[in-house]
Amino acid sequence: MKKVYVRVLAEFDENGMILPRSIRWEDGRRFTVDEVADVRPAASTKVGGSGMRYACRIAGKYVYLFRDRSRWFMEGK
Amino acid sequence: MERKILHADLNNFYASVECLLHPEYRNVPLAVTGDPEKRHGIVLSKNEAAKVLGVKTGEVIWKARQKCGELLCIAPHFDEYMHFSRQMREIYRRYSPRVEPFGLDEAWVDMTESGLALQEAADLFRALAKEELGLTISVGASFNKVFAKLGSDMKKPDGTTVITRENYREKVWPLPVEELLYVGPATKQKLNRVGIMTIGALANADPRALRSMLGKWGDTLGAYARGEDAAPVARTDEVSLVKSVGNSATTPRDLCTEEDVKCLVYLLSESVASRLREQGLEAAVVSISVRDDRLYTYTRQSKLKTPTCLSGVIAQTAMELFLKSYLWNRPVRSLGVACSQLSSAGAERQLSCFDQEERTQEARKNLENTIDGLRRRFGNRVVVRAMMVKSDVAQGDPKRDHVIYPAGFQEKPEFW
Repeated sequence: MKKVYVRVLAEFDENGMILPRSIRWEDGRRFTVDEVADVRPAASTKVGGSGMRYACRIAGKYVYLFRDRSRWFMEGK
Repeated sequence: MERKILHADLNNFYASVECLLHPEYRNVPLAVTGDPEKRHGIVLSKNEAAKVLGVKTGEVIWKARQKCGELLCIAPHFDEYMHFSRQMREIYRRYSPRVEPFGLDEAWVDMTESGLALQEAADLFRALAKEELGLTISVGASFNKVFAKLGSDMKKPDGTTVITRENYREKVWPLPVEELLYVGPATKQKLNRVGIMTIGALANADPRALRSMLGKWGDTLGAYARGEDAAPVARTDEVSLVKSVGNSATTPRDLCTEEDVKCLVYLLSESVASRLREQGLEAAVVSISVRDDRLYTYTRQSKLKTPTCLSGVIAQTAMELFLKSYLWNRPVRSLGVACSQLSSAGAERQLSCFDQEERTQEARKNLENTIDGLRRRFGNRVVVRAMMVKSDVAQGDPKRDHVIYPAGFQEKPEFW
């Protein structure tokens, strides 16, 4: 598996919480984040790294989106 | 109430961070090393695969390579280590305001108020470190700081060791005496010479004999060995007060003349002075550490008449200390300049009777502030002293190259 850095559109709410709204995959396709089911600090041992982990429903599937300081990454194939 | 103190140690910290960020490194023997070009070529940290082959922290690269030909050596990434170190402290702070860091990779945490048992608290932190950061820690848990620190060395990686009033005689006393915090090579030698080989023997030694051998340290170490250590875990805001500011350098070639040494002393002093000014501090004590080409090392210090943050004063004092103490039997391998007994700049102080001197100091400070400003904008080498222009020993940038060593192998933690 490889680490894929992605471009993210995110929303800051009144409490300073950051929520991803859509992502752009490395091939240029855009996906909407339909639901954020869980947010917690976590490590990705699969692709290496850690940060705030968002469990997101994207295109019908649950995937992890990580925010490490100001960059976002996903666990690619 | 019995205190509940943990000491947590991030295992193989620098190497573990590298392996976390680069999964491809995990199964190859890896060492994070200083820069051999600048002769900082030692192992700062190694992963488990390298450890199994006998690679040791603090060892020079070529020696490590003899044990393990395919050892992968990579340069350190301190910004990443600082980030992970901060994250780890944040985790401790969720449970206690008393978190006292010891270097980047170690910390004491006072969990007395948490309501958790020692074992539970330690296991909780181990689980969180793994889940949230992808790193492992070894934790020692005890009723004082010294035993907690000892415990964190006992099960590595990723283990918990609980030392209680009931079991410390079995767990701690059989250990060699040098495992105890603050028993360095010199103290070990003295103790061994009179037959004190274990911590237990130290605990039961005659206090008078210890005192005559080690001074008041004798009392302290004896008490530590018996678990009598009431030192509190400092609150984080108390620790952040800096105790000393220092820089040291090993130059690309050994220093053979007074001129060489002077260049390096000024270079280091400028970096130290500039860091003092950045933090709004002045220092009352200047110290130097000198190491010759046989790695014999000594330190000297001197108290100033008035506290200062001026590179000229610091360098002059350091130079006087050097000339008074060094016999030039051998060339110099590395040098350090440090300032301590810090106070905030502008605090009350004894003024000089000779007003003229005060005014010159004020003018010098303005000049150095201006140079700081130029260097911030255009780089540290935009303005340099004339003597450094042609010198090959003063080509580094100590402020930028400031290396942070893992707490475990600092010979003189108070120095750098």
